[in-house]
Amino acid sequence: MFSPVTTLLPQLYEKSFNILVVLDYGVLMNDLLAQFRHRDVISMLDFNRDELEFLFRLTDRMLDSINEYRDLLKGKVLAIAFFEPSTRTRLSFESAMLKLGGSVIGFSSEESTSVAKGERFSDTIRMLDSYADALVIRHRYEGSAKLAAEIAEHPVINAGDGRNEHPTQAMLDLYTLYRLKGGIERLSIGIIGDLKYARVVNSLLYGLTIFKPRKLYLISHPLLKLRDEVRRFISSKGLQFEEVFDVNEVISELDVLYVTRIQKERFPDPLEYEKVKGSYRVTADLVRRGKEDLLILHPLPRVDELDTSLDGTRHAGYFKQASFGVPLRSALLALILGGLTSGCS
Amino acid sequence: MGVAKELIVSKIKDGTVIDHIPAGKAFEVLRVLGIKGSEGLRIAIVINADSTRFGRKDIVKIEGRFLSKEETAIIALIAPTATINIIRNYEVVEKRKVSPPKIISGLIKCPNATCITRHEGILTTFELLSGELRAKCIYCGMEIPYDEFIDIILKQLGK
Repeated sequence: MFSPVTTLLPQLYEKSFNILVVLDYGVLMNDLLAQFRHRDVISMLDFNRDELEFLFRLTDRMLDSINEYRDLLKGKVLAIAFFEPSTRTRLSFESAMLKLGGSVIGFSSEESTSVAKGERFSDTIRMLDSYADALVIRHRYEGSAKLAAEIAEHPVINAGDGRNEHPTQAMLDLYTLYRLKGGIERLSIGIIGDLKYARVVNSLLYGLTIFKPRKLYLISHPLLKLRDEVRRFISSKGLQFEEVFDVNEVISELDVLYVTRIQKERFPDPLEYEKVKGSYRVTADLVRRGKEDLLILHPLPRVDELDTSLDGTRHAGYFKQASFGVPLRSALLALILGGLTSGCS
Repeated sequence: MGVAKELIVSKIKDGTVIDHIPAGKAFEVLRVLGIKGSEGLRIAIVINADSTRFGRKDIVKIEGRFLSKEETAIIALIAPTATINIIRNYEVVEKRKVSPPKIISGLIKCPNATCITRHEGILTTFELLSGELRAKCIYCGMEIPYDEFIDIILKQLGK
């Protein structure tokens, strides 16, 4: 019978975590496990390279043989508190928890909760904290996950706070690049779309300050350029990038084109949105002018910025990317909620 | 007629002398202290005095007024080189060098309308990024240049 105190992790290391083979990986792995245990996931900036690579290797493991971990989180309860709509993130967290034998409670809109009656966010968090072993939160206001983490005793995972961050999406984006491109450092990456309001872009860029790609193009309408604070931060971390307004200028150079939707719901002024609506579109014609193995990613949902005619092509990586959401979140929950040990002391 | 080499300002009996204020910042320091001139306090303001250390400096002397911790912290932002001398019976009884705080907590509301703190009715915490002369809300991540930040503080404190 499978024991939750698994000794599978040393095998995992020997198999795929080459970087650590030269080290006393048993001890290091204990450190990494301890670093993840009971941890909040608020920002990509809270993670280092070792931790993310460790997460990716465990994601590989979940992808290949999640059945071996099916009782790992038995008896644990995950509260999913989505004050904003979501399909992929919410369902992939639910699926990730259920596949590890855990249970899920929660809600997916404010309307169905006491928030609609005027309950304070912090009171809702206190209540959920007393019902669950970890909380996943999505909210339209920036800083909500950080505030929740200060209130809750159990770990809080940020599933999107306003226009600020969406760290687990960035983790799965980086994992997708590892999985489908074999690494990040040699890549020429273009990120196109709403760089001003898309939280996934901030988190992805913070992640790329760790895994620096060879070339990075930030492609947007002038009104959708990256916010100054994010630009300043990634520059200070030595991430080289070029800002361009027209994807046609760089399409032939790209290995990866990461497309984002215009975040209509975050525009303070509807007139501003009207000015940029439909300002870019990734089509089959554009992709034909790119490299043979150009990979297109998108965090989804899409509106009209990514042509459906690309869906069946070898370039379309976005559905695969979405499918990695479950194993990656399973790996993250397994690390945070415990149950894994290295078998080494 | 030449410019006088020395400007004589009489000593104060009890109160505060804020020295080594960067030239031109004296009025901002008075704004922090909420001093408009109609309070009846005896105040001496010296602008562009000679300073061996800084070339030019401002000095503010206030009779009968002492500074709170909060006021000292904000003065440190405006005038990081300032020294604060507490005077009792014409003698300096305490000399404080201000040091800019790394964090300003529980003093003001975040100016970002979509910061969670605004909707929870709590005062936020700003981290001061001294190298970049900016303040950053630790919740929403909004960054504000120092001068704008000081203006926000003074407005919210009703000064």
